[in-house]
Order: sequence, then C-alpha cells, then structure tokens
Amino acid sequence: MDDFSALLGGFQVALSWHNVGFMIVGVLLGIVVGVLPGLGGPNGVAILLPLTFGMDPTSAIILLSSIYWGALFGGAITSILFNIPGEAWSVATTFDGYPMAQEGRAGEALTAAFTASFIGAISGVLLITFVAPLVAKFALRFGPAEFFAVFLLTFCSFIGMGKDNRIKILVSLCIGFLLAGVGMDTISGDLRMTFDVAELMRGFDFLVVVIGLFGVSEIFLTVEEGLAFKGKKAAIDLKVVLRTWAGLPRYWATLIRSSIVGMWMGVTPGGAIAASFMGYGLAKRFSKRGDNFGKGEIEGVLAPETAAHAAGTAALLPMLALGIPGSATAAVLLGGLMIWGLQPGPMLFVEQKDFVWGLIASMYLGNVAGLLIVLATVPLFAAIMRIPFAIVAPIILVVCAIGAYTVGNSIFDIWLMLLFGVVGYVFKKLGFPLAPMVLALVLGDRAEDAFRQALLGSGGSLNVFWANGLVTTLVVLSAILLFWGPLSDLIGWAKGRGKSSGGASPSAAR
Amino acid sequence: MSLSADIEQPDDPGARGPSKRAVEIVVSLILIGLAAAVLYDSYGRGAGWNGGPESGFFPARVGWIFLAGSLFLLVQAFREPPAIFATWSQLLMVAKVFGPLALFVVLVEPLGIYVAAAIFTAVFMPIVGGARWHTILLTSVLVPLVCFFVFEIEFLVPLPKGPLEAMFGY
Repeated sequence: MDDFSALLGGFQVALSWHNVGFMIVGVLLGIVVGVLPGLGGPNGVAILLPLTFGMDPTSAIILLSSIYWGALFGGAITSILFNIPGEAWSVATTFDGYPMAQEGRAGEALTAAFTASFIGAISGVLLITFVAPLVAKFALRFGPAEFFAVFLLTFCSFIGMGKDNRIKILVSLCIGFLLAGVGMDTISGDLRMTFDVAELMRGFDFLVVVIGLFGVSEIFLTVEEGLAFKGKKAAIDLKVVLRTWAGLPRYWATLIRSSIVGMWMGVTPGGAIAASFMGYGLAKRFSKRGDNFGKGEIEGVLAPETAAHAAGTAALLPMLALGIPGSATAAVLLGGLMIWGLQPGPMLFVEQKDFVWGLIASMYLGNVAGLLIVLATVPLFAAIMRIPFAIVAPIILVVCAIGAYTVGNSIFDIWLMLLFGVVGYVFKKLGFPLAPMVLALVLGDRAEDAFRQALLGSGGSLNVFWANGLVTTLVVLSAILLFWGPLSDLIGWAKGRGKSSGGASPSAAR
Repeated sequence: MSLSADIEQPDDPGARGPSKRAVEIVVSLILIGLAAAVLYDSYGRGAGWNGGPESGFFPARVGWIFLAGSLFLLVQAFREPPAIFATWSQLLMVAKVFGPLALFVVLVEPLGIYVAAAIFTAVFMPIVGGARWHTILLTSVLVPLVCFFVFEIEFLVPLPKGPLEAMFGY
C-alpha cells in the first residue's frame, strides 16, 4: 500500500492549480494537433518540447502527456465527421464512424468514440498504476547485459510482431541506430560518421527527425492526396450523450476485449495503430451484428477507439518502468525526460517518486479532463477543419520550422527537417514504418552503451548474453519473437505455394 | 522529367507516374550507399577491440545488418508487382509545396524567420489555391506576428531575426 499513498501524493501534485491549467492547455492543444492533418501526437509533442526546457519536469510532462491524450481524442473527430483519420490509429474508426455521421448520428458516434477512448485510456492507466512499479522493482536487478537484452527484445518484437514488411522494419531500425551514432562518441570522444561536416558534429537530434518525418511529410501526403474536406455537421447535446452512455453497458464484452488487446499491443510495441485494427477485427468476428460492421454500427466505433487508447496509454508503461518507449510519441516523451535531466528506467521509481506518481495521477485526471473538454468543444474543432488547407498548411509548416530551429538554435536543423520530410514522404509511400526508426534513434545511444558496458565487463566475450537465467531468458525470448513472424510467413507460404509470395507481401499503408 | 523509361503503360493519361519498382530500386541503392559509407567510416576509425570496443564497433555491426537488409530490399524491389508510386500531377503538387518551403529555409538566414515566413505564406497560398488575395495578405501578415508575439515576447525563445526586426530594435 506504499504505492497507494504515493499515488495519493501524486494526485496532490497533479491537482495544483497550475498543473490543472497545463492539463487543460495540453488537452486543447492536443485536440488541435490531432484534428489537423500534418500534426500528430509525436510531432506535436516534439515541437513543444523545447518550450518546456525551463519548466519544472513534472509540470512539463503533465503538459506534454496531456497533448498526447488530446491528440488521441482529436483523431476521432476528423475520422467520424470528415472520413479523414487525423491520426493513423483512428483509421479503423472511420469504417463505422463516418457511415454513422452520414445517417445523422454524428453526435452518437462521437460520444461513443470519446467514451470508448476514455475507457481504454483508464484501463491502460490502471495497468500502469499496478504493474509498472512491479516491473521497475524487478528491473532494478538488471545489469548492462540484461538491459541490452531488454532493448534487443523490444527491437525483435518490433520486427516479429510488426504488420509491415519485416525487412523494411529492420532497415528502418538500422537507420535509427546509425543516425543516433552520428556525432561525438560519448565514450571515446571520436567523431563518428560526420565525414568532416562540422554541422554533423552535434549529431541528429531526434526532435528534428520526428518533426520532419511525421509533420512535413504528412503535409506532402495531404497535398498529394488532394484536399477534399467535406465534413458532416456535428452538435452534441446532453441528451445524446446520456442516451449513448445508457446504451454502452450492452457492449461490455467488446469494451473489455478491446481494452485487453490494446494493453497487450501497447506494452509490446505493437502500437495503437495495430491495436485499433485488431480491436475492430475481433469485434467484427465476435459481435452478433458483425455483418452490419462498416455500415454504421456503434460497436465498430467503440472497439477500435478503446483498443487504440488502451495501447496508447499502455505504451507509457515500458517507458516509465524500463526506459523503453512503446510508441513513437512515448519515444519523444522519453527523450524529453532525458533533456529535463531525468534518467528513464527503473531507478526513476526510486529516485523521482514525486515525478512518477505525479505523472500517473495526471493520467487519470488528464483523461477525465480530456473527455469533458472534447465533448464540450467538438463544434469548435469541427470548425477548424473547415479552414481552407491553403491557410492551415503554411501555419503548420512555419510552426514545424520554428520547432526544428529551437531544438538547437541552428538553421541547419531546418534543412534537416526538410530532408527528413522528403524521406518520410517516400518511406510512407513505400511502406517503411517510421516508428522503429524514431525508437532506435532515441534508444540507440543507450542500447549501444549497454552493449559496450556488457562486453567490457566480460572482456569482449559474447557469453555475457547467456551468463545467467534472466539474460538468457530475455535473449531466447527475443530470438523467438524475431523468428516467429518469418516462420509463420514461411509456413503460410508453404501451404499456399504458388498463390502468393509470403515475405514480399506489400505492407499496410503505414 | 526525363525518366520516361520508368513510366508504366498508362490506362488513362492522367494516371502516369514513376513506377513504384523504380523508386524502390533507387531507395535501396541509396541505402546500400549509406551502408557502405557507414562501414567505410567505422572501419576507418577502428571497429575492433582495443582494451574495449572501439568507437566503430557497434556502428559497424549495425552497418553489416543494414547492408544485408538493403541488399535484400533491392532484390525484393525487382519482384515488386507493377504499380505507380504517384502520378506526375500528384508529384507536381508535392513539388509545389516543396519549392516554397525550400525557399523559406533559404531566406531564414538573411531575412530572419518571421519575414521569411511571411514571404513563404504569401507564395504558398496562391500556389495551393482556394484563397482570395485579402485572405492571403491577412494570413501572411498575421501568422508571423502571432509567432513573434508567442515566441519572442511570451516564451522568450530567440529565433533568427533579420534587418526588419533590427529596425524595430529587436
């Protein structure tokens, strides 16, 4: 019950006036970020991160994580009203959300989506509250070899569990690692992979890369796909909200199933995107009204939204407990922790109790605030979508450029942002997943340090990675995860030989 | 646009564009080049064991995996089913966004980010279209002003400034 009193202490921290203020500002900004094409969770957090350098870390993370909640909520608005997913994880919400809006049931669909999001998020936070301290306690026994093995596990599960082309995930990870390696080597002081370009000495800052990959490239994609915004009108009044809520208990099975799927996918870095599709697919299979899915079935809105939010929230668990983010946004938040001078990982629960529990408490409060704010402000944000793209796009791009510049006060970074914008555009078109690249970029240094320290301890012998039961288990698990996907592909290919080519199957859009 | 050899046989003239296969091949060749550069650099500094792992030790190992992955992608690219990457008109739209954006970044150094942003907005909006001239004027004046207020005055974040700001004493 030690943790419980710590949580209560956390609520005290999070409930102070200025932290509640940051929460509301964060949620509002997050909804804007989620609604606008071209800005997203990772990108929005990345742009605002430099502004928080001077803030108290607890307030800063409350602000930034609230942006994350807001972005999760905001994605649903555009999916339902405009059939444009503001975020990749709300693609599945469009399947039934938009048909509902076409039938004039937009208010109902939005209420269902927000409530489902809320339920998913709260189940993720509950998981964090009870499981993260245990994981952190366990992880205190880790040495460098174990840590490297956990990193390995993360990367292997990305490759093995990913829905994209596996080689492309691998290449994406490698690019992230190599980008992280550019610049001054912290141990030897050597300049690595700079090829005598002075600007590269500082290395690639992950914030600049994220702003380019997720922000600028999204504008390119939006422009390319044409700019047809034809939205449905939305008004939510209390009667619709209450009526929808009264109908929700019927779908308890879908909600619980999606929550579990989401939490699992969030902790293992399957991510919110995969979770939302899985939640939708499972609901369709198990629902009595499965045949109606895609024609405006409320369950088809509830299932993906619950799963996406449970995943989005649960992705913060490994970030807090192990220092390994489960999603791109979590990776950006993790980078923020390091910039504020906090060392992510199990020691955080020992050394920065106030910070951790303040953050966890703010997750409960932030989601409650988010639900209320989003219900109240839907018409306002739907109106944002009616602002012509010609006005919104330059604003987004200017803000992106300012965000990239403020990271290191360097104009070179704006050029890098532009370069990564093009890279992101091409990679998205070709089905390279971007999250692994960001993950490896953020974790690269720490993974390398763990690897080097482990090898130093053993005098260069790789035996250190199966020296004791714990590290062996982790390495074996990594290997199983790594080969699980390719093996199942191979079996599938052998069964359906001649019909399709297993490994080279084209990947999902993002 | 001299890549005519890469153009898929069109079903209708509006849907021409570089083939996805060609783009995949070009990308994997670039990746292979990067992998080679990484390996060259890492082994140049030393990727072995000298009382501990040398600074090129880890990048070199990642580099080999990267090289293998990129080579595999190249092979995979040749088996890519025919499809177009994007139509030429789509790419033209992207270029129309990219052009002003690059101009913007060029102008940040001499003019400062606010003036550059104003010029960028004024150039960008007519290209994308759908806005009248007074909207364009208003947006390109207001956006930098609001940014200036938020960053320079409220958050005290110094952004690149040019002669115009100097005239006003900033």
